[in-house]
Amino acid sequence: MGTNVSLEENFQTYVDGENKVEPKDWMPEKYRRTLIRQISQHAHSEIIGMQPEANWITRAPSLRAKLILLAKVQDEAGHGLYLYSAAETLGESREKMISDLQSGKAKYSSIFNYPTPSWADMGTIGWLVDGAAIQNQVMLTRTSYGPYARAMVKICKEESFHQRQGYEVVMKLAQGTPEQKAMAQESLNRWWWPSLMMFGPSDDDSPNSAQSMKWKIKRKSNDTLRQEFVDKTVPQAEYLGLTIPDPDLKWNDARGHYDFGAINWDEFYDVIQGNGPCNKERIAHHVDAHEEGAWVREAANAFAQKQAQRKKNTGAAA
Amino acid sequence: MTGGWLAGKKSQFTKEEALKEYFTFLADDALILGQQLSCWCSKGPVLEQDIAIINTSLDHIGRARLLYQELAKLKGNGATEDTLAYFRDHQEFRNALLLEQPNGHWGDSVVRSFFIDTFNFFLYDGLRQCEHLVLAGIAEKSVKEIAYQAQWSAEWVIRLGDGTEESHEKVQKSIDDLWMWTGELFEKHPVFETLGSGFIDFSSLKEKWLDKVALVLETATLQMPDQESWMQTGGRLGVHTAHLGFILAEMQSLPRTYPNASW
Repeated sequence: MGTNVSLEENFQTYVDGENKVEPKDWMPEKYRRTLIRQISQHAHSEIIGMQPEANWITRAPSLRAKLILLAKVQDEAGHGLYLYSAAETLGESREKMISDLQSGKAKYSSIFNYPTPSWADMGTIGWLVDGAAIQNQVMLTRTSYGPYARAMVKICKEESFHQRQGYEVVMKLAQGTPEQKAMAQESLNRWWWPSLMMFGPSDDDSPNSAQSMKWKIKRKSNDTLRQEFVDKTVPQAEYLGLTIPDPDLKWNDARGHYDFGAINWDEFYDVIQGNGPCNKERIAHHVDAHEEGAWVREAANAFAQKQAQRKKNTGAAA
Repeated sequence: MTGGWLAGKKSQFTKEEALKEYFTFLADDALILGQQLSCWCSKGPVLEQDIAIINTSLDHIGRARLLYQELAKLKGNGATEDTLAYFRDHQEFRNALLLEQPNGHWGDSVVRSFFIDTFNFFLYDGLRQCEHLVLAGIAEKSVKEIAYQAQWSAEWVIRLGDGTEESHEKVQKSIDDLWMWTGELFEKHPVFETLGSGFIDFSSLKEKWLDKVALVLETATLQMPDQESWMQTGGRLGVHTAHLGFILAEMQSLPRTYPNASW
């Protein structure tokens, strides 16, 4: 009975052969659940991530900057939409995902639980947060689930554009008046460590990672991605004349990488558990908008039904 | 203009002044509406409409930039699109009062957009033939966006009017409440006469606007307010409601805090 290969084994061989899994293919339930969790979490991050930036649209200091920021936040809404659709191909409805977000069952990137008190944050978020996201997302363009991989190709193009725009905002500040340069430094101080936390726990403390790597959902470990990000970002900060707030940061010739200091994991887990400065505010904002829009959605549905009925009646009369 | 709250406002314009004034009407309308609509970002009733309303905001601010860039050339003296947006106070703004009215709920914002988009459609359609070639070019580019905006807002008025009982009542109230700000759009202003027939006199758009609004409201099963009712005025002369002060305070805060910085 040498042909008795399980569905799971077949699936693994298929994935190992660098084939893409499509919505109608058989897949292990845990693979499906992992993807729904990851894609919806990614979608929620795009949507919640609109808030800290939308916060500055009305106060952007030039019309050009206002336009760029508006377009960026609009892109994020588009990414959210795109990712919700990708998750729907796995059988999860958007209503369910949104209700899980609002109840706290589903997570979003913890970075958005930090506030944006400064215009410089619009630059720093683009430079560091989008930069860190790209590090992760470039890897995901090769993820084993087809719709997710394809969504990532499109999203990555726009994200790298956002990152350049963010860097440009920081550059203008860094090369501006002393007050502007101080603004950029102050913002970098606040965002540097949370940006490193974006890659998730250390490999030793990341229990789900191994299975995700095996299924080729994930292709690089958290620590690898984090190191790549640090290596890429340090020279950019140097070019800007800004100081990364880490006294232990130094080039290690033997490793061929930058060494950096220890991350405050207590802060990381606390913010994930809801204790960041903006966790409550972000969800409340989302819930408020959703509730205030309820009568509008009901009206749109009622109107669509009336229209369908009218069409039917006209058809019957003809 | 004497004997009321508009006393003392300028009523004689040279051709050069009138041209600047005309550009200011258009640019300030676009900026203030774009600024107001941008506040909807992340607050829309559904994600698709969040994207749609941000899109209209982008169009308005994009158009404001083109208009301010031309106005800055007319003004000279180091004026730029940003000095015009960020370093003028309320009495120098010439936007219609309708546009500075608060966003309110979705129905209020949609009705405000519907009134101005319908006006803008006829205005910019006409301005494609404007004797001022830069303005004609801006109109040519803008009218496509405005046609989309006008369709979007009219469709929402219809959807809300003919949706549920609650939405019908809400949007009828939005129309009734905002109606008194619409008359100003079609006011006679001395600059129109000075500029002559190569430009669009806003008062010439009133009939077309009323016809279109009546048609949409009828489709939406909504009542058109009394056309003879009292209308507010002042925006085109720089006399504004208190709302504009807050809009400008928020919008201008950063450049005014750091006047020597460039962004």
